[in-house]
Amino acid sequence: MYDTNYHRASSVEEAVKLRSSQDEARYLSGGMTLIATMKQRLAAPSDLVDLRHVASMKGISVEGRKVRIGAGTTHAEVASSSALKSVCPAICHLAGMIGDPHVRHMGTIGGSVANNDPAADYPSAVLALNATVVTDRREIVADDYFQGMFDTALEEGELITAITFEAPEKAGYAKFPNPASRYALTGVFVAKGASGVRVAVTGAGSNGVFRATDIEIALSASWSSDFVASVAVDAGQLMEDMHATPEYRANLVKVMAKRAVAMAG
Amino acid sequence: MAKVTLTVNGRTMSGECDDRTLLVHFIRDKLGLTGTHVGCDTTQCGACVVHMDGKSVKSCSILAVQAAGSSVTTIEGIASQGELHPVQAAFNQHHGLQCGFCTPGMVMTAVDMINRHGGQLDEVTVRHELEGNICRCTGYHNIVKAVLSANEEMHGASRQAAE
Amino acid sequence: MGMEGIGARVARKEDKRFLTGKGRYTDDMVVPGMKYAYFVRSPHAHAKITGINVSAAKAMPGVIDVLDGKQLQADGIGNLICGWMIHSKDGSPMKMGAWRPLAVDTVRYVGDAVAIVVANSVAEARDAAEVVTVDYEELPAVITSVAALEAGAPQIHPEAPGNLIFDWQIGDGAATDKAIAEAAHVTEIEILNNRLSPNPMEPRAALGVYDEAEDHYTCYTTSQNPHVARLVMSAFYNVAPENKLRVIAPDVGGGFGSKIYIYPEEIVCLWASKKTGVPVKWTSDRTEAFLTDAHGRDHVSKVKMAFDKDHRIIGLKVDTIANLGAYMSLFSSAVPTYLYATLLSGQYAIPAIHANVRTVYTNTVPVDAYRGAGRPEATYLLERTMEVAARELGVSPAELRRKNFIRSFPYQTPVIMNYDAGDYEASLSAAMSAADWDGFAARRAEAEGRGKKRGIGMSCYIEACGIAPSQAVGSLGAGVGLWESAEVRVNAVGTIEVLTGSHSHGQGHETTFAQLVADRLGVPLASVNIVHGDTDKVQMGMGTYGSRSGAVGMSAIVKALDKVEMKAKKIAAHLMEADESDIVIENGALKVAGTDKTLPWFQMALAAYTAHNLPAGMEPGLKETAFYDPSNFTFPAGCYIAEVEIDPDTGKTEIIQFVAADDFGNIINPMIVEGQVHGGLAQGIGQALLEEVRYDETSGQLLTASYMDYAMPRADDLPSFKLSHQNTPCPSNPLGIKGCGEAGAIGSPPALINAITDAIGVEITMPATPLKVWQALQAAQPRMAAE
Repeated sequence: MYDTNYHRASSVEEAVKLRSSQDEARYLSGGMTLIATMKQRLAAPSDLVDLRHVASMKGISVEGRKVRIGAGTTHAEVASSSALKSVCPAICHLAGMIGDPHVRHMGTIGGSVANNDPAADYPSAVLALNATVVTDRREIVADDYFQGMFDTALEEGELITAITFEAPEKAGYAKFPNPASRYALTGVFVAKGASGVRVAVTGAGSNGVFRATDIEIALSASWSSDFVASVAVDAGQLMEDMHATPEYRANLVKVMAKRAVAMAG
Repeated sequence: MAKVTLTVNGRTMSGECDDRTLLVHFIRDKLGLTGTHVGCDTTQCGACVVHMDGKSVKSCSILAVQAAGSSVTTIEGIASQGELHPVQAAFNQHHGLQCGFCTPGMVMTAVDMINRHGGQLDEVTVRHELEGNICRCTGYHNIVKAVLSANEEMHGASRQAAE
Repeated sequence: MGMEGIGARVARKEDKRFLTGKGRYTDDMVVPGMKYAYFVRSPHAHAKITGINVSAAKAMPGVIDVLDGKQLQADGIGNLICGWMIHSKDGSPMKMGAWRPLAVDTVRYVGDAVAIVVANSVAEARDAAEVVTVDYEELPAVITSVAALEAGAPQIHPEAPGNLIFDWQIGDGAATDKAIAEAAHVTEIEILNNRLSPNPMEPRAALGVYDEAEDHYTCYTTSQNPHVARLVMSAFYNVAPENKLRVIAPDVGGGFGSKIYIYPEEIVCLWASKKTGVPVKWTSDRTEAFLTDAHGRDHVSKVKMAFDKDHRIIGLKVDTIANLGAYMSLFSSAVPTYLYATLLSGQYAIPAIHANVRTVYTNTVPVDAYRGAGRPEATYLLERTMEVAARELGVSPAELRRKNFIRSFPYQTPVIMNYDAGDYEASLSAAMSAADWDGFAARRAEAEGRGKKRGIGMSCYIEACGIAPSQAVGSLGAGVGLWESAEVRVNAVGTIEVLTGSHSHGQGHETTFAQLVADRLGVPLASVNIVHGDTDKVQMGMGTYGSRSGAVGMSAIVKALDKVEMKAKKIAAHLMEADESDIVIENGALKVAGTDKTLPWFQMALAAYTAHNLPAGMEPGLKETAFYDPSNFTFPAGCYIAEVEIDPDTGKTEIIQFVAADDFGNIINPMIVEGQVHGGLAQGIGQALLEEVRYDETSGQLLTASYMDYAMPRADDLPSFKLSHQNTPCPSNPLGIKGCGEAGAIGSPPALINAITDAIGVEITMPATPLKVWQALQAAQPRMAAE
């Protein structure tokens, strides 16, 4: 890792101020991706602004169907939240599949959504749940937020403080892990709620997380795993790497969507 | 250079290090506690697992400065007065280790796992919970056996105490 | 058998230090003034070095020095060598290209070491390594063995035209061809054995300490055989004469073959310590391990197996190309020859066998022994061929194997090996019964109802352990003898130290070797200590690999114990005024048989050292040394059965059950033996389902350079295993043991692939990843639909 300067923030305001004081500064949440990237010398932030001690960014609140997950909430906290489980078990299930127990103790939803790794799990949930990304300066709807691999609508220095969404009527997540890294080779989050049926796919798209609109249409017509017979997934937009061909990923999109629907009930 | 002070195995300890120093290197090089190991570069093998504020974490993916002020338990800190922790004893009894390199991380993972599951562990759960720890020697067979046995021992013991 | 003696399931003595974080591995070592090394490595698979500029790096903070290959060469440090001479069938010796510890004018694989930076911290050393400028003139690279042999392929070493290292053969070609010509049926198959990275969890490390006052070097290193390391570094690499070089292999975190070899890094750290005047420590990171630890396997073979009308095998012809990487590693030439082709008879009576093996250079990391070393390649080839043959002939896989089993011993194969004992039928029957083979059809039907494809497959393996009779291997080209040594020191208070040339890096020698002593002398296990891994403490030894520590290492201890016992009896007879032949050793005492006269063990020991009253002419003290040279290999064998269920939607294979039935001869500690099998199975299953080293075939960049892309078996990839033993004692060593360290990795891959191909109905190569299984099913679908 290259040299860096560490700062610990205790409030959102302090964090934003520390971050803006250096051009090459980065926010550090759980660090489960950023530290690993820095160790490989693939990232070299001059300064790190640690968010783990910002109390206002932590915690889960559920009021009726309205859910707010503080950006600093760990995967383990999401996975084990009984309040969340009662309105949207699918997101708990998803969080419980990220990385491993130790990673889940550190990694946060805000960090994952900000990074927007094409194989991360959370982006699919945020997109399918039509969630809102709340930052220090505005609210961004999911459809506007994700802009391609590792690319988001976040401006320089903008800090995610929470993720909010309306709990769906039904939701499910199924993931086929990469045999080596255990990241999503393909993961599909399906949700049926106030904004209709939304299906988001992670791990497969050559431009990051995306909505599978053909599956959405089919599921809107009939919420059942029978859709698989009638929907074709275009392999043209899917990633190719040594672990999967676009054709295999196209198949996995259908199979995981089917399993996610089955899980949603 | 930063001065990092934290509680390790119940004792307050300090050391100077670069901001870029990883917690695992701080523990090994500055504090001389070499039981915590480094087996990969990508946060996957789990040889470096310690407990930070009561939760298992990978000390290879945390900066020492991030851990400042926290309470860290390493493999050196779980036996009490020469008496092995029930997880350590179970690993010995069931031959859950061979070369010993992944063992500290495995043991710290097992302790955390058993604590979190309140006695509700079965083979499938244990294997899933071991996703972040790689062992090349044992094929996991005896590790799984040891964790289940320690779980029985620890929760059996707490049930007895309650009675 | 006592509570702690041979055959007892004793919990390991060495565990406590590992369980409490007190293990001492090379990277844990700290010596005063120690500095840290980072290696500058080639980013290219093949390139000429036209210049190296280290001035910017030397000016970086914390840097002590930056040293390159020219300086190393100028100081007379020699080339790395391969220690086993193989001759081609035309009689010419193998063509070994020069391997400099630090490349001087050419780099030949991504990761080839070019320079070393020594600095105050690893981070500073790495910072400086990044500003070392090496000017490269890139050359075309060749990655696969088949491509390396093609006309016009890039030439890797001037010494080896066409990249061919040797073209070797074994067996009777004419007789084999005749058998094939006369056969009622010939099964032909192409076999690919995938390339693997051994991945012991402890990465390699070396700490070189030069003492100027004594002109003496100490090397702490992650070695399976510290004495061999010292010998080679002294005799071939000119680091220092043996008496000026101490090699210490402390606790070592797994090896699996990859820590047998002497690598550039330990040589360079020792040399750099002298150059810089400070102790120099290097610890590999995992990516460096993938880039530079010797890989395993990587064979391409064509097979013809000939059967008569009664399904008896009458001939086997094998043509193999083995990829040895960019340089010839220490035992690389022996692996695809004498450790491979000599096992091609398997468990079967095959009258004619012929194998041709070509080894080639490629622009990849060197390939050498990895758990099993040659025997997994032979077993995979044979057992896949047997399975395909059974399907072609329309007979059950068990029936075809039974028909061809060797049933009387000793049995001389046509490929050198002389099997001394075995009962292949016993393991086959035990495995089939443990797996409920007969109930499989019903289980398959049940799975089909759930939309899953079930398959079952077996593998009957044999391997050769206990390497090896020195004279025999010498005649085959080995540069060393493969005996082992032991020294048994009885202290004045009766406690015992056993110094062994074997090295434990997970195998539990501190327990099993002590069990042997406890069994022989009736002393408590706690009073026996095993000392190993330090050339200053232990007499010359050959180290641990090839499952030799039991069969060879313990046999040496037996010989030393024989001598100790003889002297102890003499002393006891003298003190108790009895005849030496009447003395028996029981429960920690020497007794006069048939009387109540008894002398505690410790009193005898004390008498040996006070020397006040010893038999006339006897030397004081009680310490004996022995060297044991085996008379034959040992031949562990067994039968493995895998049952799998495949999800046709994703191609994912789930192992429903895995049964291992092994014959390891006599067993010292069943718990440890089972642990060895578990670990071997996991590595074999890893090879079959998950693991593969992949290079970009154009650029030569390593694509699987971390656990992000190299799939290591994790707990949820594996089942619990069902084990049993059907032991026939080995007649070739005093303890009757055969060795168990590699069987799991040898026997399991073909069992799994046989099960998977049984499930999906089409052939597949290793690793059978979900992607490949799904693709195979897709390709098969139109055909199945047409049928």
